[in-house]
Amino acid sequence: MATKYLTPPLTDEALADLKIGDLVYLSGTIYTGRDAAHKRLVDLLNAGEELPVDLQGQVIYYVGPSPAKPGNPIGSAGPTTSYRMDAYAPTLIAKKGLKGMIGKGLRNADVKKAITEDKAVYFGATGGAAALIAKCIKEAEVVAYPELGPEAIRKLRVENLPVTVINDIYGDDLYEEGVKQYNEE
Amino acid sequence: MKTVEYQTIVDAVAKLCIDGNYYLGEDVMNAFKKGLENEVSPTGKDILKQLIENAEIAANEQVPMCQDCGVGVVFLEIGQDVKIEGGYINDAITEGVIKGYADGYLRKSMCDPFTRKNTGNNAPAIIHTEIVPGDKLKITVAPKGGGSENMSAIAMMAPSAGIEGVKKFIIERVRQAGPNPCPPLLLGIGIGGNFEKSAILAKRALLREIGETSPIPEVAELEKELLEKTNKLGVGPAGLGGKTTVLNVAIEYHPCHIASFPVAVNINCHAARHKSIEF
Repeated sequence: MATKYLTPPLTDEALADLKIGDLVYLSGTIYTGRDAAHKRLVDLLNAGEELPVDLQGQVIYYVGPSPAKPGNPIGSAGPTTSYRMDAYAPTLIAKKGLKGMIGKGLRNADVKKAITEDKAVYFGATGGAAALIAKCIKEAEVVAYPELGPEAIRKLRVENLPVTVINDIYGDDLYEEGVKQYNEE
Repeated sequence: MKTVEYQTIVDAVAKLCIDGNYYLGEDVMNAFKKGLENEVSPTGKDILKQLIENAEIAANEQVPMCQDCGVGVVFLEIGQDVKIEGGYINDAITEGVIKGYADGYLRKSMCDPFTRKNTGNNAPAIIHTEIVPGDKLKITVAPKGGGSENMSAIAMMAPSAGIEGVKKFIIERVRQAGPNPCPPLLLGIGIGGNFEKSAILAKRALLREIGETSPIPEVAELEKELLEKTNKLGVGPAGLGGKTTVLNVAIEYHPCHIASFPVAVNINCHAARHKSIEF
């Protein structure tokens, strides 16, 4: 369980160096997207059209922030539950080179397969620590689908956003390992 | 007969929505601190520290503790000798929710089930009304996030399943939910009634203070046992492994049909939010 510092775009070399349990501080640009935005992106791909953002090497944070108070770049911004993006994530990884996802909760077999075969990483952020996480977000700008409100795609500039590697390219899963270690039944 | 003005209700509900989202209950904060003392997983300890810090930031800076500011769930206890003046009480509550979510910079999360189009103002509220004796009006606002609500479940069990069946259902639910509902959790459980009654009992059980047990000794014993057993699952804070999986188990109990044995569990994340006012 090492501590690492990364700035997207993420390379395959950087992903090879990540193992479950690693604490990673992300800086630079990441994108937000959740249910509605993911559906639109995959619908565009299926229709053979271009996406409003270039996802090559990029990281999507599954978050629908609360509105920013005057003077703040963003409102509270903790992760939402990731399984709702499972239907879309493998397509974005395989076809558009998405390399990182930040969320909370379990992923399905298709996503884990995409992570190992097409090389990507699933990071966990602390669910509910939304006011704390917002401190790491320095700028936020809506770049697509403003009509979706909290579900719009935002470009964030983050500084040392703390996330933990949950699923790595080696097929390991921190949730499974963690529970196994502390189960007392 | 007591009279309560429409606008008084609007303003009270707005304030309860905002306060509920900014200020975590002291009982939950104390449960975090107790969990931190008992937790053996270093990662688990770190998560609990983050949750304490998060709650402090939310309160000090007056921002929502979680970006999911929830559905505006409102419990009303209306004394039968209370008169609401100036309009329909449910309209006042809806107006209060709209005002609270706008003024408090709270996230609006209500949408059309099919089109997924956001209603834009977090209306409508979900209102549970009970007429009670006397001339008091009690309003409780309990904002509830989607992540933990999605992990809630109901079982129409065969009576032969018995108390062991209840234990198995609840423990398996917490195990399967794993990290998804943002542990450490609070479990509200409704046993008995019928399909809808058990679900509403489960939600209502979440309004109890942490540590307040059922007045029925056998039920209190079951609360204690479920708390112990779910904390042996190893799920831990944020689901990353540890001993602090559930902070509280509260069970509401009700007679049921001779053919039925309904059990509902409403799972609440650690952002357990509810605030009340009484007129």
